[in-house]
Amino acid sequence: MDFDFLGDTMMKLLAGVPLTLQLTAISVAIGAALAILLAVLRAVSRPGEYFVRFYVFCLRGTPLLLQIFLIYYGLGQFAFVRESILWPFLRQPYWCAILALSLNTAAYGSEIVRGGLQSVPAGAIEAARAAGMSKLLMYRRIILPLALRQALPAYGNEMVIMVKSTSLASIVTLMEVSGISYAIISETYRALEVFLCAGSIYLVINFLITRAVAAVEYRITPHLRPVST
Amino acid sequence: MDLLIDYVTLIGFGPTGWGWQLARATFLTISVSACAYLAGLVFGTLGAWGKLSASRAAHGVTDAYTTIIRGVPDLLVIYLFYFGGSTVMTKLGQMFGASGFWGLNGFMVGVLAVGVVSGAYQTEVLRGAFLAIPKGEIEAARAVGMGRLLMLRRIIGPRVLRFGLPGMGNVWQQVLKESALISVTGLAEIMRQIHIGAGSTHQPFDFYVTGFLLYLALTTVSGQLFRWAEGWTLVPERRAA
Repeated sequence: MDFDFLGDTMMKLLAGVPLTLQLTAISVAIGAALAILLAVLRAVSRPGEYFVRFYVFCLRGTPLLLQIFLIYYGLGQFAFVRESILWPFLRQPYWCAILALSLNTAAYGSEIVRGGLQSVPAGAIEAARAAGMSKLLMYRRIILPLALRQALPAYGNEMVIMVKSTSLASIVTLMEVSGISYAIISETYRALEVFLCAGSIYLVINFLITRAVAAVEYRITPHLRPVST
Repeated sequence: MDLLIDYVTLIGFGPTGWGWQLARATFLTISVSACAYLAGLVFGTLGAWGKLSASRAAHGVTDAYTTIIRGVPDLLVIYLFYFGGSTVMTKLGQMFGASGFWGLNGFMVGVLAVGVVSGAYQTEVLRGAFLAIPKGEIEAARAVGMGRLLMLRRIIGPRVLRFGLPGMGNVWQQVLKESALISVTGLAEIMRQIHIGAGSTHQPFDFYVTGFLLYLALTTVSGQLFRWAEGWTLVPERRAA
């Protein structure tokens, strides 16, 4: 084992960690907000249900890489896109990657949140209605908190998947951990060593995320803990 | 209307159309995915066997396998096999006296890399399916004096198929979508082919939308096939009821 090379590679790869984390955090934040909106839309209206089902069908039925390319390369074909005020964003790989990642995770996330919404006990909703809550207040105070608490563990998996998905941003030239890995491998042809370094970075990030999600889950489910005496 | 005619000419089978290339690319996507899925089934079966075995070593190895592979981006696994594979092949070539550069082709890299990744997921699906078999059924099989192989064929196999098929269907969809990543090796499957088409005709949107529709068609049709197969595994139970 060439420890100098490993150390050197590790330092180079660590420089890409902030971008990987940034891509993950921004797209998970946007995606989760969208996911909740989509799931509620699906629950409250018939046309909304059809729209969300179609959206989820399209986004889950195609590869993420294709979605990134469609946004990054595809949209530029149209003059009206190139002349719109969004073009300064849409021509940058960074924003295209974030847009594609957010739309993609929103589709998977909305299914997770939908499961959470379905798990809200009918009694809780009846009680809220009996107390005279409006629909909005009921969603805010009763339904969403219960649904999101139920959905959190599954959402943790989705976050881990997102960390891994950000590696695709390297194909549209972003130099996050995978992009740097590719550059080092194609320069040195030492695939195994670089894989070990990059892999351990991803494993550590994912381990920390699962731990953090488990800690939050523990905090918000005091009713499930055994009574301490 | 003109737009539609232009589009159909572009992706059609005419002299200026890309139809044949796209058809071949679709066929490649299906075959590379199917081979990777089958390779994954082999890895997954071995993995599940290791995870369920009493041997500490087998358990440790398979546990490391699923943890690492499921925690690392698939793209990195593909790079490992693509670049690492050619390094190993070149070394092997030198050992047998051949000089120069040897590499794995994109198809083999794809089958191996996606196979290893999907194998990690299939390990968990198969393990879960095995654990879902009621203990009594296995005891009953043992009580009537079945040998291990007979029990595997008559009891465990069908039950794992029945409990595992929904999960296996999910893994198949995942493999189909992951096959798009093999395009980085230059293999002309759908993703690569539409990228080439987009570049040489300067009509990227038309091509990417075509790819979008092709993948949607593949995932929808194969999803339906898996649902149909799930119904088929339920037949004996319905008959018994």
